Amino acid sequence: MRISTLFYTLQQGIKSIFRNKVFSLATVATISACIFLFGIFYAVMVNFQNIIHQAESGVAVTVFFDKDISDQRIEEIGQEISMRAEVSRIVFVSAEQAWADFKDEYLGEYADTFGDDNPLEDDANYEVYLSDVSMQEQLVEYITSLQGVKEIHKSANVANTLSVANSLVSYVSLAIILILFAVSIFLISNTVAIGISVRREEIAIMKLIGATDFVVRSPFLFEGIILGLVGAAIPLIIIYYIYNKAIGYVIQEFAVLNSILAFLPVEQIFYTLVPIALILGVGIGFLGSAITVRRHLRV
Amino acid sequence: MILLEDVVKTYSSGSPALNGISLNIDAGEFVFIVGDSGSGKSTLIKLLLRELKPTSGHIIVNNTDVTRLRHGRIPKYRRNIGCVFQDFRLLKDRNVYENVAFAQRVVSVPGREIKRNVPQVLSTVGLAEKYSSKPRELSGGEQQRVAVARAIINKPPILLADEPTGNLDPKNSWDIMKLLEKINRNGTTVLVVTHNREIVNAMQKRVITMKKGVILADQEKGEYIDED
Repeated sequence: MRISTLFYTLQQGIKSIFRNKVFSLATVATISACIFLFGIFYAVMVNFQNIIHQAESGVAVTVFFDKDISDQRIEEIGQEISMRAEVSRIVFVSAEQAWADFKDEYLGEYADTFGDDNPLEDDANYEVYLSDVSMQEQLVEYITSLQGVKEIHKSANVANTLSVANSLVSYVSLAIILILFAVSIFLISNTVAIGISVRREEIAIMKLIGATDFVVRSPFLFEGIILGLVGAAIPLIIIYYIYNKAIGYVIQEFAVLNSILAFLPVEQIFYTLVPIALILGVGIGFLGSAITVRRHLRV
Repeated sequence: MILLEDVVKTYSSGSPALNGISLNIDAGEFVFIVGDSGSGKSTLIKLLLRELKPTSGHIIVNNTDVTRLRHGRIPKYRRNIGCVFQDFRLLKDRNVYENVAFAQRVVSVPGREIKRNVPQVLSTVGLAEKYSSKPRELSGGEQQRVAVARAIINKPPILLADEPTGNLDPKNSWDIMKLLEKINRNGTTVLVVTHNREIVNAMQKRVITMKKGVILADQEKGEYIDED
């Protein structure tokens, strides 16, 4: 197809948008609303996952060793654990370090009563941090099987709760987003159907003159794509401006939560949100118009 | 140019709209097709335009077997046939130039050629000065001439006119018929479906008379046959 024909069909698509101003506006508004909600859900979800991820990164299993184990074997155990995919990092805590930490945390001024004794002299350990807390059971099972390991402390409840919360947020968001998109596709499909009915005469003439299927259909596909693109751009601009204000408000009003709520900057959210929203907008537009063109425009 | 062999077309309602039609129209002919409502004229046009497929028989147009034409080939086939209708079928939101250029745009003619061809064809139909008028600003005769210009701008070897004078007064009807005759003299095969007895009788062209799906008469330099 010639470039001039492509421009012509594109021009017809744009004209069709202005010809059906009311329906075009309604479609853009609906897509905007859907993508706005999607953007909000996405921002909340990404932030929530970030918070969960940060909490997850603090979840560790503690590995204690047999009483007479050699330093070499402790090192070997460390290497074997480090090689596991579900392990993000591993920290060796010597008996002295363990006792110093304990004193700092729990004994304070009473620590002196112990003199040079170290009640934790057999409690050197590895703190093993997970990249995915849902894999904790699997890791514990593996570490238990290692020779020289006496005992493992784990926090199963925390791990499970975080893992379940993460999945739940993802599933609920996905379900809501899917419903919104189905509504958008339905609406864009109606707008294009009206465009087709308004241009029925023109389409009939095009077919009689010998226009190919592509030339007849493409103005409607362009129309859908343009509506989708505009419908995606508007909420992105709105979200960009309200995101920082909303975060500033939450931080100010709920200062007590600041230590656990670590919000991502808008640039980081937009790095993935912009392409996703634009692809979704174009996808909704294309799909909605393609379904209608297929149903109402047998050429 | 156009060959029909024992063409039958039956709609789902039952009785055949065309019942074993056979005819041959040579390149460069001017042919009137006449007949009452229900005689099968419209079905014949739809078959030639490949809007319908015959129930049986063969239709060959410009060496193309229309009955075996695949869907994807139909647009290219239709570029062989220019169409003019009783109700003009112009795009009301576009001016004369755009209505004619439209026929070239949708078949991907380069913009430069369109700019050259449209004034030429508007001049042929006598509307060069009205290029910027909207259809509502034109008389019926002028609108039909725009429709003729649109039908011939892609230089189809066949021109199909379905009741082209049906909405026109006698003077404009004659003007249109003279225009079609001029186009025919330039080598285009012209088929005119009409009820206009006066024009058919005066022009002394080949006349195919249809009745109830069959060809009642096929006369060289014929006349309108009164079916009663």
